[in-house]
Amino acid sequence: MIARLLSLPGAWTLRLIGAWGRMGLFLLHTVGRILSPPFHLQPVLRQVHFLGARSTLVVVVSGAFVGMVVALQFYDTLVRFGSVSLLGSAVGLSLTRELGPVLTALMVIGRAGSAICAEIGIMRSDEQIDGLECMAVDPYRYLMAPRLLAGIVALPLLTAIFIVVGIAGGWLIGVGLFGVSDGAYFQGMYDTVLWSDVRMGLVKSLAFGLLIVWITAAKGYFLHLTRFGNLGAEGVSRVTTDAVVYASIAVLVADYLLSAILLKGTPT
Amino acid sequence: MKERFLELTVGLFLLAGLAALGYLSVRLGDVGLLDDGGYTLTARFTSISGLKPGAVVELAGVRVGKVTGIRLDGEDYEAVVELRIDRNVRLQEDSTASIRTQGIIGDRFVKLSPGGSEEYLQAGDEILETEPAISLEELISKYIFESGKK
Repeated sequence: MIARLLSLPGAWTLRLIGAWGRMGLFLLHTVGRILSPPFHLQPVLRQVHFLGARSTLVVVVSGAFVGMVVALQFYDTLVRFGSVSLLGSAVGLSLTRELGPVLTALMVIGRAGSAICAEIGIMRSDEQIDGLECMAVDPYRYLMAPRLLAGIVALPLLTAIFIVVGIAGGWLIGVGLFGVSDGAYFQGMYDTVLWSDVRMGLVKSLAFGLLIVWITAAKGYFLHLTRFGNLGAEGVSRVTTDAVVYASIAVLVADYLLSAILLKGTPT
Repeated sequence: MKERFLELTVGLFLLAGLAALGYLSVRLGDVGLLDDGGYTLTARFTSISGLKPGAVVELAGVRVGKVTGIRLDGEDYEAVVELRIDRNVRLQEDSTASIRTQGIIGDRFVKLSPGGSEEYLQAGDEILETEPAISLEELISKYIFESGKK
C-alpha cells in the first residue's frame, strides 16, 4: 500500500513526460510531412475551406462587435481626459497587437479546433486510423499535414480580417455615434500603429494557428493512449473538451510570452 | 460542381484575407512596397528624448513626413535623426528642425520651420539649424534652483 503510494508521483511524472514527448514527436512528424514531397494541394484546400473560409462569418461578426465595444470603452475613458483624438490609435493598437490575434484564435478553437479533435478522435476510436495504416496510407501525411498547413495559412488571414472589421466597427461607434472626426480617427491610427505592431499581430496569429491545430489534432490522434481511450463516444467527448481547454490556455500563455519577447525587440 | 464551389470559397477567403493583410501592412504598418517618392534628410540634435521612429514631421502644422531612423553619433554624443520628407515639399537650406510635443503628454514630433535661403535642401543633406527636445523637468528645476539663489 505504502509502496504503491510512493510510486504514484513517479508514475505520474513519467506519464507527463511521455505525453510531452508524444506531442513533440507528433509536431515533428507533421512538419516533416509538410516539408517533404509529394505535395497534394487538394486536401490543403479542403482544410483551408473548413478552417478558414467557413470561420470568416463568425470572425467578421465578433470582430465588428469587439471593435465597437473597444471604441465605446476607450471613448468613455478618453473623454474624461479630453483626448478623444487618440481614439483611433487606441482602437488600432489594441486590435492589431492583442485582441485581433487572441480572439480570432479563441473563435477558431471553438469553431474548428473542437471539430478537428472530434473528427480525428472518432477516426481513432473507430479504428479508421489503423485502417489507413493497414493500407500503407501515412495518417500524418493524409490527415495531419493538410490541417496544420491550413491552420498556419488561415489564422493570419482570419486575424487580418478580424482587425480590419474591428477598425471599421470602432469607426462606426467613434465617428458615427460619438462624432469623433474622421481624420483624427484614421490619421491617429496610421501615425501610431507601426509595422512592428502589425508584425506582432502576425507572428502571434501564425503561432496560434500552429498551436491550435497541433494540440487539438494530437489530442484526438492519441485518444487510445489516454484514460478515456476505451470509452467510445464518451471518450471522444471528454478528449474534445480537454483539447479545447488546453488549446485555449496554450494560446493565452503563448500570447503573453510572445508579447514579452516581441515588445523587447521594438525600439522605444 | 462541388470541387468548383470549394475552390471558389477558398479563393474568396484567401482574397479577402490578403486584402485585409495588405491594408494592415501598407496603411497601418507603413511598409513601403512602392517607392513613396520622398527624400531623406538628416538632422543632429543634442537631445531627442522621447522621439521615436515613425514620429510625425510637421511643417506649419501639416504632416509632411516621418522619422525613419534614429542613431547616436558616438564621437560628439549627438542624436542623428533621419527624416523622410514628401516629394512635393521643398525646404530651404536654412530651415530649422525642432523637437516638440503634441500637448503636454502627447507624442514627440519634429517641427520644421522654413528659412529664407534661395538654396533648397537635396536628398541626403543635413538640416543644420536644430533645436533639441525641451525637458519640462529641466526647465522646472532650473526655475526652482535659480530663484532659490537670489
